[in-house]
Parts: sequence; C-alpha cells; structure tokens
Amino acid sequence: MSIEWETVIGLEIHAQLATRSKIFSGSSTAYGATPNVQANLVDLGYPGVLPVLNREAVRMAVRFGLAIGARIARRSIFARKNYFYPDLPKGYQISQYEQPIVEGGSVEIWLPDGARRIGITRAHLEEDAGKSLHEGLGKQSGIDLNRAGTPLLEIVSEPDMRSAREAIAYMKKIHTLVRYLEICDGNMQEGSFRCDANVSVRHKGRHEYGTRCEIKNLNSFRFVERAINYEVARQIEMLEGGGSVVQETRLFDSDRNETRPMRSKEEANDYRYFPDPDLLPLSLDEEFIEQIRSALPELPDQKAVRFAHDHGLSGYDAGVLTASRDLADYYEAVVALLGDEAKLAANWVMGDLSGFLNRDNLEIGQSPVGAKQLAGLLARIVDNTISGKIAKEVFEAMWEDRSDADAIIEAKGLRQITDTSAIERVITEVMTANPAQLADYRSGKDKLFGFFVGQVMKASGGKANPAQVNELLRKMLAG
Amino acid sequence: MTAAEIGRGLRAGKFTSIEVTRHFLERIDHAGKQLNAFITVTPERAMADAKRADARIARGEGGPLTGVPLAHKDIFCTEGVLTSCGSRMLSNFVSPYDATVVERLAVAGMVMLGKTNMDEFAMGSSNETSWYGPVRNPWDGSKVPGGSSGGSAAAVAARLAPVATGTDTGGSIRQPGALTGLTGFKPTYGRVSRYGMVAFASSLDQAGVLAQSAEDAALVLGLMAGHDARDSTSVAVPVPDYAAGLGRSMKGLRIGVIREFFGEGLEEGTGRAVRTALEGFSAMGATIVELSLPNLPLSVPTYYVVAPAECSSNLSRFDGVRFGHRCKDPRDLLDMYKRSRGEGFGAEVKRRIMTGTYVLSAGYYDAYYLKAQKVRSLINEDFRRAFSEVDVLMGPTTPTPAFAIGAKVDDPITMYLNDIYTIGANLAGLPAVSVPCGLVDGLPVGLQIIGPHFAEERLLAAAHAWQLMTDWHRRLPPLFA
Repeated sequence: MSIEWETVIGLEIHAQLATRSKIFSGSSTAYGATPNVQANLVDLGYPGVLPVLNREAVRMAVRFGLAIGARIARRSIFARKNYFYPDLPKGYQISQYEQPIVEGGSVEIWLPDGARRIGITRAHLEEDAGKSLHEGLGKQSGIDLNRAGTPLLEIVSEPDMRSAREAIAYMKKIHTLVRYLEICDGNMQEGSFRCDANVSVRHKGRHEYGTRCEIKNLNSFRFVERAINYEVARQIEMLEGGGSVVQETRLFDSDRNETRPMRSKEEANDYRYFPDPDLLPLSLDEEFIEQIRSALPELPDQKAVRFAHDHGLSGYDAGVLTASRDLADYYEAVVALLGDEAKLAANWVMGDLSGFLNRDNLEIGQSPVGAKQLAGLLARIVDNTISGKIAKEVFEAMWEDRSDADAIIEAKGLRQITDTSAIERVITEVMTANPAQLADYRSGKDKLFGFFVGQVMKASGGKANPAQVNELLRKMLAG
Repeated sequence: MTAAEIGRGLRAGKFTSIEVTRHFLERIDHAGKQLNAFITVTPERAMADAKRADARIARGEGGPLTGVPLAHKDIFCTEGVLTSCGSRMLSNFVSPYDATVVERLAVAGMVMLGKTNMDEFAMGSSNETSWYGPVRNPWDGSKVPGGSSGGSAAAVAARLAPVATGTDTGGSIRQPGALTGLTGFKPTYGRVSRYGMVAFASSLDQAGVLAQSAEDAALVLGLMAGHDARDSTSVAVPVPDYAAGLGRSMKGLRIGVIREFFGEGLEEGTGRAVRTALEGFSAMGATIVELSLPNLPLSVPTYYVVAPAECSSNLSRFDGVRFGHRCKDPRDLLDMYKRSRGEGFGAEVKRRIMTGTYVLSAGYYDAYYLKAQKVRSLINEDFRRAFSEVDVLMGPTTPTPAFAIGAKVDDPITMYLNDIYTIGANLAGLPAVSVPCGLVDGLPVGLQIIGPHFAEERLLAAAHAWQLMTDWHRRLPPLFA
C-alpha cells in the first residue's frame, strides 16, 4: 500500500537589520572587524550597564510590517530569554516574546503552477549573540562578541509551505523584500540573512500536523533546499518503517548533506521568559507609523504589476526584473533612456547582461556596462546601425574595455551596411562564386536560400543589414 | 557637622577640603576600624579630589557640596576602584567606568573617601551576607546596622563620612537609616539613574542617600537626580531645587496613617515613638487621618517573588567568562559555570537565584511571577487611592530597633519580615524617607514618610520640619560622639 505524504514547512528567518549601531548600544555593527573591538561595556554585559533601544531598528521593523500588510503593535514588550552560553554575555538574550512589534501579514510567491500566499505569524526584534571560535586555539575556545547585540528581525511564517521549492520561493521573496526596504543587506555568507526550518510530514488530506523537527541555522538557499529534502525523506522513511518522528532540533551538515540531531525536546532549555525590567514597553504612535508608511518605496509586487501593465512584459519577466531593486532600477533606466522598446531592454537585461554578471560573479551595481551604456548599444540596434548579432559582439567588447557602443562600432568598423548598391555588389560576388548552387536554386531547391544569406553575411563580415539582404537576394536570385 | 555645614564652612574659608578630607580619613582609620563599614578606602583619590575642590572654591566656583567628602556604597561602579558589591564574585572587579551617580557627584566636586560594605549584591537586611563580613552598628557593636546599605549607614552614623550613597530595593536605605539614626532617602523609581549600579532587582532598585539631615539629603539628591539617556527607565522630569523647598509649612498637610503598619509585630517602643512623632506633626498644623491599604500586607510575599525573579536573571552575567571570580582549572564549560558561581556567591544570593529561577520556570510562571505582578498592581492601586485623600503617608520604618548580629541569620523568613513596612514603596516606585524619631533602649528608631511619585520636595520638607522641632537626628552614638 502506498501512502501519499504531504510536507509541511514553516520558516523562521533571521534578518540582520542594517543599522549602523547595535540594537541596545552605540557600538558599530560593521562585519569582519578584529574580534571584540566592536563590543563595548553594554555588549560585554558588564555589571551595572543598561540597554537603550536603537530607534532605527524599530523603524526598520515597522517598515517590514507595513510592507507585508501586518498589524503594527502600538505597544510591544521586550523580554529576557534566559540561558547560559559563553557567547551570550548577559546570560539572557533580549527578545520579544508575548507582544511582538509585528503581527500577521503575508507575502505572495510565484510558482510554475500559479501564485500562493504565505502567512507570516509575527516578526519581532531581538539582539544577536556573539560567536564561539573553536579553531586554531588549541584546547581553548575563543569568544568574539563583535556580533553580540546586532539587531535582528526574526520573521516567523505560518506552516504554509508544502515543498522545499515553496520554502525557497518564500525565502527569496523575503530576501527581495528586506533589500527593497533597505533594512537588511541580505548577505547570506556573512550570516545577515539565515533561517531555521520547521519540517514535518503527514498523510495527504489530514488536518493535524505531524511531529516536527527544527533544522537550525541554514545560511544559503541551496542548503535550505537540500536540508528540507533530506529531512522529508528521513521522516517518511522513519514513518513508513513503523517508527515515529521525535520532536527535536537538528543541524544540517552541508558536507555530508544530512541533518543530525542537536537536542531533543526533553533537553530543550526552559528559557524563563519575562519582561525585561530595564526597558520600558515600546509605544508607537500613529504619526510615527504613518511617517514610515508614507516613505515606503514601491514594493516588488507593485513594481512587477506596473512593469507587466505599462511595459507589456510577461508576468515571468516582470518577476525576474523586480527580484532585486537594483536590477529593476537598472532596467527602468535603460527603458527611460531608450524612450521605448521595453521588451528589447528586458531581453538584454535578463539575457546577456545577467549572463555576464553571473559569469563574472558580479552584482548589478558592479556591472562594467552601465544602464546608460546599454541603452546606447540598444539604440544602435533600433536605428539599424548594427544588427542584434553584431550587438552581442559589441556588448562583449564594452564589457571588456568599459567603453561606449559607438566608439567600439566605429573602431571595429562594425557599422551595418545599408547601402543597397554595396549589398548588391556582395550578392553578385557570391552568385558568381557559387554557380552550381545558383543553378540548383533556380531549378527549385528553395532551401538553398539560407545558404546564400549565410554566404552574403559572411562576405560582408556580418555587417550587411539582414532585412535588406533577404529582400535583395530574393530579387536577384530569381534572376 | 552635616554635609551642608561643611560646605558652608569651606566656602567661608573656615577650613579647606584637604583638612576636612584628612579628618574623615583619620576617623575611618582609627575610630571606624571595628565597624567594618568600608570595603575599600581611597585616600589618594580623596586627597586629589580635595585638592581640586579647594582650587575650585578658591576661584569662587562650585556648589554647596564642593569639597565635601562622601562614601559610596560598593554597588556603584567606580572607575579604577574595586567594585565588589559585597561579593566574592566581584572581589577582583575593578570597574572600567563610573556609575552616573558617581560621575555626577564627582562633577559637583564631592570628594570620594571610599566604598562601603553592604549585603552581598544588596540582598539582605542586616549586612551579614557580605563576603567582607558583617558591619557593626555604631550605637551598639553587637547589633546589626541594617542592610543592605549597612556600611554607608554605619559610616555616616559614626561620622566616618558626612554623607553616603545607598540603594534601596526593598528598604535598603530606609531600614539601615532607621536603625542607625539617620535620614535615609529613597527617591521615586526613575528619579536617579541606575546606570553603573550593579543590578539586583531592576524594577525596584533605586539609588538614594544616607544623611545626617533632611537638608543634606536634599542637597545630595539634587546633584544625583535627573534624566540619564543611558538608563531607559530614568524619567525626564525636571529636578526642582530640593533645598529651596525645605521651608514649607506643615500647616494643612494631610497625613495618612497606615493602619496595617501598627498591627502585630510592631515593637512597643518603636510604635510609641512613631505615634509621638505623629502628634508632633499634628501640633505643626497637619491633619492626621487613619486609613487602610488592604493589599499592603501582601507586599512581602510579592516582593520575594519579583525581586528573586529579576535577580536570577540579572546575576546570570556572573559566569566566570569575562570578569569576576573564575574557579581554578575548570574541566569543561559546565564545570566552570558551576564552580565559579558556586564559589563566588554566598548562601543568601544562591537562595534568591534558586527562588527566582523557580518562579519563572515553565509551569510555575503564572502561579508565581504573573500573580505577583497582579498583586503588585493592586498595591499600586491602594497607594493611588490613598494619595487621592492625603498628601503623605506615615508609619514606622521598621518593626523593631536594631537586632543582634547572628540573631536572624538562620531564619530568612523572620529576616525578610524586617522589611515589611518598606517594601510597599519599592513595589509602587514611590519616594520615601526614614527620619530618626526616638531611641528605644539606646537604639534609634525611624519614622517613615511615603509620598506620591515625584513628591520628593514634600517629603524633604516634612522631614526638615520634623528636624527643626526635634534633635533626634543630632544625637550621636555614644562611642563616636
């Protein structure tokens, strides 16, 4: 008997907020400094020090809440989550527990079979812990508290995802959103954006959830996918073998591509949450919230709808172009400079440009060919100075020496030949050089037309205007 | 001589701060030795402070307390000076920064003599829980001075310092103030910054003064108080000129006498002294009404849930990792935690950490912590209702005069009941003061005056009026006269 299983996934995403200073102290949040130079007495949890809330972190959390259509709590509470660990200087983490700043809300994800809405239970502010370093110190462990007190927004989804692919689409959507809102740099390698995945399986059609496992600290989309797929397979195998899933926290080992138990429910800490008496309840007034609302940028979904509607792009293209704000801005700049030709701009941005960026591992902001340069190139296609094929050659040259399209076209003599008599001269040469093919064509072998087009283009060094070549060839071959 | 009198003498050129400072350092060295009032004496720093103060006074600068020495309770962080909090855990902790209170009093030109003994992490009512040993009451060396600011109280009572800072979480300024014949002032919660004060129970802790008079308390409080951006719970209410408000008349002052404070457990002599004081206020034109705060008797159990809960979390940072005591040769992380904390904390601190951990645990939180918070709001409500009828509340500060060292050490419940009259003001965040109102068998007892939030001026004026018509606050312990 074969049972159909359904996967249920919820994600807890930790987005490091892009504030200059920490959430409860004035020290810098910059990444990569020498250990412990960016930890002041507050971060170190010295006796007598007190936390003071960074208003910028609050503003960023509110931006996020408004962008997902959530309720912004007019009053939220900071609590202490108590546990001992050397990289947790105070012996407790300040987080929000019972009354988070953001509640409810949702985002839409696009899948091959249509759109799905994923619910967001809550998003709350908290401080990050430091790092324990176990390598290169012999038998000792080191503690780096530079990260301690860095502001995090923990975004908790509903268990609304049904496959690893949906989980990735959701995570990418949040990734796009936080970067649009400029509240997180989204750098996953540095850990600025990471997640825990709650995974369970159940018989398809059942309402109650299966026992879940939480996979901790996944810091790449690929790892999320692999960890979930492994975990789903593991749970199904266990259940089908007559066993049961134990509720526990697991770690993903990316080298061995498997999840491993970290601690069971019984070993879980009792965090003894209680309101932090050092911080007053956070009260937000309407004016503060409205100010943030009115300053919200155009969001990716809104932008995609506009691109589709105003530019006549497909939903897919609009989605790709709005996946990052920089990419969308680049595309829009090209369209604006060209005046029109949105589809041409979209194809180039998603095609050659994205291809080269990927090849050289560059962000759009680092592109050697700027929006103005690309628009200059495309303008030469539009006005027939060069063909689309030559344009690719020009683009490659622009990429290498960062010069303008016109300069390259001029220097390399790539200007398209549109002079009818010049093209006719080339056609005559080709006809003369290929008498047998000419005779065959004229005796009814129409397929040879393509051969003559190819020969003419080759003889013109690719510069002859293809439309004119077609037209003139047809006329002259007919005799 | 009071702090205010020393200040006036300095500005009149009758003596210099260096002379005054030397006088107190000598007293600490000789007369004070047997009291164990100080954990650290800082003579070099004191003399340097005094020299600077003299220069300021000579230029005609500074304020009423410039050049006047003081002692800080060892709970306040002092840059470059041991800040032990009365604990073995911090017996090696030299603070890298000054508490806001320390900084403000230094800026005002006061001279730091040293750091006073205290109950470990301010947990205690007798100053017997200190790692540095008990403090003796100057009025009777076999008795406790009260706690947790016992060292500050003993130091001022024996005139080893003209004035001292203290902190009050459940009565830790007022109770030792009462037991040593001093004016012990606890301001409104949020009136004085807690930055740099080693935290015991953050929602209750408040810094204040142990002084010889209401005038001294007013002057020092005026320098300490005010908003501090580094403490989110400090309040941005302007600081009035407390000293200027001292002369207010008591005529028409409505005094509420808390019925619950005169029941079982109140020692007879103490009760008599307090009632006599009330008659004194009546004679000054105040009206006395008796009223009831029905939930107030719940303040001790409520406090012993809230305070340990907060302390269990506040003291988690003492883990041997970054500062403080670390055990020798830990086998592993868990061993380091267990032994460092096991060795570093004393019995009372451990008792409270365990109690606090228990009341916050899953399954017990609602029954203890949450319920205590609810009772706390009922107590608040009792006070609010009372202050809609009267201007101040009065009653005894403690149920009895000072008790013998060792008498209650093994009985925490009896010890905790010593704070039965003082805890309410902490739970409600109210300002309160204890002023000397008599001697019972040669030991001082105190009258407690509690006011509504930010009514410091009113309390100081009442205390001052009382001190104008009595001389209890001028009495000295016979051995230190």
